[in-house]
Amino acid sequence: MADGQTNGKTPKLDKLDKGPWPSFVKEIKRAAEKNPMSKDLLGQLELSYEDKIGHWKHGGIVGVLGYGGGVIGRYSDVPEKFPNVAHFHTIRVNMPAGWFYTSDALRTLCDIWEKHGSGLTNMHGSTGDIVFLGTRTEQLEPIFSELTKEGFDLGGSGSDVRTPSACVGPARCEWACYDTLKLCYDLTMEYQDELHRPAFPYKFKFKCSGCPNDCVASVARSDMSIIGTWKDDIQVDQAAVKEYEDKGLNIQRDVCGNCPSKCMDWDGKTLEIDNRLCVRCMHCINAMPKALRPGKERGACLLLGSKAPIVEGAQLSSVLVPFMKMEPPYQELKDLCEKIWDLWCEEGKARERVGEFIQRVGLGNFLEAIEVEPSPYMIAHPRDNPYIFYEDYFEEGDEEDEDEDGDE
Amino acid sequence: MSQTERLTDIGPPKYDKYLPPIVKKNYGTWLYHEILKPGVMVHMAESGDKLYTVRCGTPRLLSIYSIRDFCDVADKYCGGHLRFTSRHNVEFLLTDESKIEPLIADVKKLGFPVGGVGNAISSIVHTQGWVHCHSAATDASGVVKNVMDALCDKFESMELPGKLRIALACCLNMCGAVHCSDIAILGIHRRPPKTNHSILNNICEIPTVVAACPTAAIRPARIDGKESVEVDEERCMFCANCFTVCPAMTLNDPLNDGVSIWVGGKVSNARHEPMFSKLAVPYIENNPPYWPEVVETVVKIVDVWAANARKFERMGEWIERIGWPRFFEMTGIEFEKYHIDDFKYAGLSYKRSAHLRF
Repeated sequence: MADGQTNGKTPKLDKLDKGPWPSFVKEIKRAAEKNPMSKDLLGQLELSYEDKIGHWKHGGIVGVLGYGGGVIGRYSDVPEKFPNVAHFHTIRVNMPAGWFYTSDALRTLCDIWEKHGSGLTNMHGSTGDIVFLGTRTEQLEPIFSELTKEGFDLGGSGSDVRTPSACVGPARCEWACYDTLKLCYDLTMEYQDELHRPAFPYKFKFKCSGCPNDCVASVARSDMSIIGTWKDDIQVDQAAVKEYEDKGLNIQRDVCGNCPSKCMDWDGKTLEIDNRLCVRCMHCINAMPKALRPGKERGACLLLGSKAPIVEGAQLSSVLVPFMKMEPPYQELKDLCEKIWDLWCEEGKARERVGEFIQRVGLGNFLEAIEVEPSPYMIAHPRDNPYIFYEDYFEEGDEEDEDEDGDE
Repeated sequence: MSQTERLTDIGPPKYDKYLPPIVKKNYGTWLYHEILKPGVMVHMAESGDKLYTVRCGTPRLLSIYSIRDFCDVADKYCGGHLRFTSRHNVEFLLTDESKIEPLIADVKKLGFPVGGVGNAISSIVHTQGWVHCHSAATDASGVVKNVMDALCDKFESMELPGKLRIALACCLNMCGAVHCSDIAILGIHRRPPKTNHSILNNICEIPTVVAACPTAAIRPARIDGKESVEVDEERCMFCANCFTVCPAMTLNDPLNDGVSIWVGGKVSNARHEPMFSKLAVPYIENNPPYWPEVVETVVKIVDVWAANARKFERMGEWIERIGWPRFFEMTGIEFEKYHIDDFKYAGLSYKRSAHLRF
């Protein structure tokens, strides 16, 4: 088998450093000019392109003192060929909410990473962290110490609260129904211990989306999906609606015709909306942002339980609380989360996400245990199978007992 | 004393620490936005302030040198402020409209495309692949690079009927949670685990391995005098959950690993409720460095959707309107046994009515 290292040539990867889309190969090569880890990464990746298989060993537990998460151990399975990636651990650095940076802050991070690692990053990882890609075990403590000195900390990994993330929110979006950045930061700070020291059955993710467009995919990718919404009427500027029509938007066909609840009509002058039927999908607002805005009574809908397929199949989150005000100190939300964690930590199986736990015990039983009243907002429709697990039944003579109770 | 004291649990920088002054001033008081051209937006505040955004695609895997290039651009035009999006794009925030074109010219000179706004394809959310993962069934960055090379013009323009979100995960762990994308490219294993019986009991807990299997295909067994496990291969669906808890059960296999393609998912609530992506192509072999069969299939699906969908219609909404038989007919993708679900609640995906289009 060809050896990517013997001649330092990477013919297969070289084919991917051209083309209109920016090239990851170019990035690795750029880092490889100065960094031997990146050079060996390039060699090992070329070998993977030849062999059609990854060349990383299974996991490996490494970390910084006192933390159980934040570092993903990684070791090459061909260290004799590529000794500089014998260790190639990933560090997850908790990003600022909304991924806002100054050039100074980014340069500081780059300088730390230039000194102690491969010089390669992901901006950003799937959960939202800044990902430092590839370093050696002995570099972990120095990196951690320099990061914290500069005001950065590690993100989550393993069976813990994962780094919460948020959409751009009120920083630049007119549709933010609550302050996603503030909530994201607040939850991250409140749950530092849960984030850094895995003690759950499995991971638990928070994602904060300011409106039902859900730009951080919270309904699909977070156990606790916090999606901004409103209760009152959509704000309408009828003159601005007309402007959209004048500029060529076919409002009846493309706006009203696409309304999932068929709650609106356009007669060429006035947009009539039956707000009692509106499902707050955002389509009309997306199509005419200058004319329509979410209502003024704003908050969030909490949905619970989404996850990727492993172990029992993929799930979307489902409604737990149809509407909650989202204002500091967010006590109602935190109390609810802590109740869920208490139950799940007690009763959940190893590597069972909250969504799978609910499937196993039943949403009704789950609600009872966390003391949340069942509500028709939580379901697409009531059950259509008659196998009901009734919990109580009458015995002869029960009636008198009931009377006694009633008399009290 | 202070020298030995470690700082821990300080959390990330406070959420407003790096916000540009114009954002701080107009926080929460934005009125509306307009898309000026591909990749460029303006947000209007109640105060009358205007904030311009220029969005650029990145490969997600970035060297510190490219990040420093972005910093230089931000220093030159944006008072040192920039942000990233949830799909790996970098955004430059401007207050001076006249700086938009020079900024775009600089960014393009660096090799980064401007776009991804409105009815366009945005950057592909993806995972680590062979660059960094132990369970990858395909490379991530390489497939993404090839697909985006073919679709880059649709990132840089706004000619599509609606938004198009592509995502790639290199195995079923789905670190990219791709299961709700217009098009999902998913790495798959197809060979039951090769069990290393000689070391299994030394490095794994057998009850944990047995419990890890969602289909109960793994049983404790004594093999060649060693405590180990055996796999009922007919029940294996290649999820690799056993490998996750036990390195002695290898799923990675160059002969059988490859890529599957899924379509019609979305996370947004706009119009249709969020939906899972559904299987379009069960298997395409890994063919690095170009993965031409994957690229060709994705481009075909995009082209057929783009030519036939109505304004605003996402992939899944379009398919729901025309029906799956027509989707397979129009894309030329062969429908086979593997398209029919046979896991939990499979029956819910059968056609349970006579609503058929001919």
